[in-house]
Amino acid sequence: MRKLISGAIAAAAVFCAAQAQAATIKVGVIGPFSGPFAHYGKLYKDSVEAYLSSQGGKFGGHEVQVLYRDNGGPNPSGTRALAQELIVKDKVDYLGGFVFTPNAMSVAPLITQSKTPTVIFNAATSDITEKSPYFIRTSYTLWQVTVPAARWAHKQGKRKMVTAVTDYAPGVDAETAFKAEFAKLGGTVVESIRMPISTTDFAPFVQRIKASGAQGVYVFLPGGPPNLGFVKAYNENGLRAAGIDFLGSAETDEFDLQKFGDAALGLTTAFHYSAAHESEANRKFVEALRGQSKDAVANYASVGAWDGMAVIQKMVESTGGKRDGAAAIAAARKLSWESPRGPVSIDPATRHVTQNVYLRKVERSGGQLVNREVENFGPQPDFGLRK
Amino acid sequence: MQILANILIDGISYGMVLFIISVGLSITLGLMRFINLAHGAFAMTGGYLAAWLVRTQSWGYAVGVAAAVLLTAALGAVLEAVVLRRLYRRSELDQVLFTIGLAFVFVAATNLAFGPQVQLIPLPPWLAGSVDLGMRTLPMQRVLVIAMGAAVALLCGLVVARSRFGVWLRAAVDNKHAAAALGINIRLVSGLTFAAGCGLAALGGVLGAELMPLEPYYALKYLVLVLVVVAVGGMGSIAGTLAAALLLGVIETASKYLASEYGSLFFFVAMILVLSARPQGLLRRAA
Repeated sequence: MRKLISGAIAAAAVFCAAQAQAATIKVGVIGPFSGPFAHYGKLYKDSVEAYLSSQGGKFGGHEVQVLYRDNGGPNPSGTRALAQELIVKDKVDYLGGFVFTPNAMSVAPLITQSKTPTVIFNAATSDITEKSPYFIRTSYTLWQVTVPAARWAHKQGKRKMVTAVTDYAPGVDAETAFKAEFAKLGGTVVESIRMPISTTDFAPFVQRIKASGAQGVYVFLPGGPPNLGFVKAYNENGLRAAGIDFLGSAETDEFDLQKFGDAALGLTTAFHYSAAHESEANRKFVEALRGQSKDAVANYASVGAWDGMAVIQKMVESTGGKRDGAAAIAAARKLSWESPRGPVSIDPATRHVTQNVYLRKVERSGGQLVNREVENFGPQPDFGLRK
Repeated sequence: MQILANILIDGISYGMVLFIISVGLSITLGLMRFINLAHGAFAMTGGYLAAWLVRTQSWGYAVGVAAAVLLTAALGAVLEAVVLRRLYRRSELDQVLFTIGLAFVFVAATNLAFGPQVQLIPLPPWLAGSVDLGMRTLPMQRVLVIAMGAAVALLCGLVVARSRFGVWLRAAVDNKHAAAALGINIRLVSGLTFAAGCGLAALGGVLGAELMPLEPYYALKYLVLVLVVVAVGGMGSIAGTLAAALLLGVIETASKYLASEYGSLFFFVAMILVLSARPQGLLRRAA
């Protein structure tokens, strides 16, 4: 009997020690899992789960548990409440996700207070990372992809360009970035068109672009239906035929790309990721996503989530799984690794990802439309944060 | 001069899209006195059916579109016969709540069946190009929309005003009991009218898909636009709906050419002005 009891105690002690050694790491992922933006939630989840399985469900020997929380779309106060609950009640060690800028902004005071390292998978307004020292961003910013776009347009001999952007914060960012860089190089932006966010009929704007006498148009549109509408209007109103080049960023995103059909052929965009990126890391990424879900999509949102998990893994490893937000962030500032988008690093000053930006052209490959990378502009910082 | 011409051309084609989508609702709302906030859901169903038939089943464009319109009308007829006719005698609030709920069911079902991506209806070669008007080009698809809009307006106007069916319909709405006593089959008339409304919604969904892209939230996203057109035009008035759609289409387009920083402000200002001067709508006499 005594033997049995002491054995049980010993077993319990071993068990407890094991627990203490390999604490479960809790990661809260906040994004829209319902409503009109639910596809972002699915992109995040597919990618996060795929990354976890690629690491056998463990970061540095620690079991990882992901808690998904649905904020339903642009909803700062709801996002803040979810983050608070995750931090206080569920005691998460890390936060990730965030599609929209206001949502990411809303959690800044919380994560500063609780010292919770928070990785932004998507939200792309430059100054978010300035709002809290615990933010790290693995997506991109409009400044980061627009400045190389303006340089490229100038190098192609364009001197008169038009900007046409959707009238909200990221659109204004894109417009400002393009105008500033293009003017610095000696070009002129002859007209800056801001299109209301509710617009469905793009014909009038496209006619204005045509009438402006510009050699090309730099476009920023939010994803989904507006992209399709604008590209159709661009083609059907004869802009392509008139030789007014299309230059954009995420407009030919993989999520909707196949829906464009031939209308998208030849469109050029400057962006940090293409599902057609030729590298071993990207092949692994695409394969891991396929294994996770047959309708998973490799695009900017899923690669942001994938690299976000990679950063969290590095932070877990560098702190030995202990909760130490400051040490985790200090480690993350020095990171550089091979991402599916190419070599990337975290800028120690801004905690924003430095990455290659590519000029991509839509081509047909094996019956599918792809964003073929035709030029590599090399590593780009966020020009918005380094003004 | 060039700008003025552009505003008119783009405004009329935008207005015609609004008209085709709205006219079915104007009929169910004004002639049947049934508040159908699921109208957008039927437009969406038509669009999705057409996209499915033409793109994934490789049907011809014209056949696919015709089939989509007929199938949506049939779906409308079935729903009317099984569920919606029970709502005719209920309060307006009940009708509003039920049909908005129905729209949500369509949204969820569409999301489940087709996913959140935008659906495109592939255009045949004869529709994919543009026509050269000399001073500018106009997409062929817009030309088709304008022609179809004019045809729908003419046909609906004739059916309601001149045909025997139109007489039955108006009689059935004005005085159900007297009409029934005269031997008019009220059930059949309201069922057919509702189905026709759904078919028109489907046609609008298909032809308007270039402007209002098909996605699961379509049913709710564009409902406000459609309701504004019907309200400004006057419920039940086909000519009124046409006039309102063209007026609002031209105003919205003009603001995009001249003052895009104000968004849709002028569209709604026009609505307020018209409705404060004529609460019954543009072309409807006060009851």
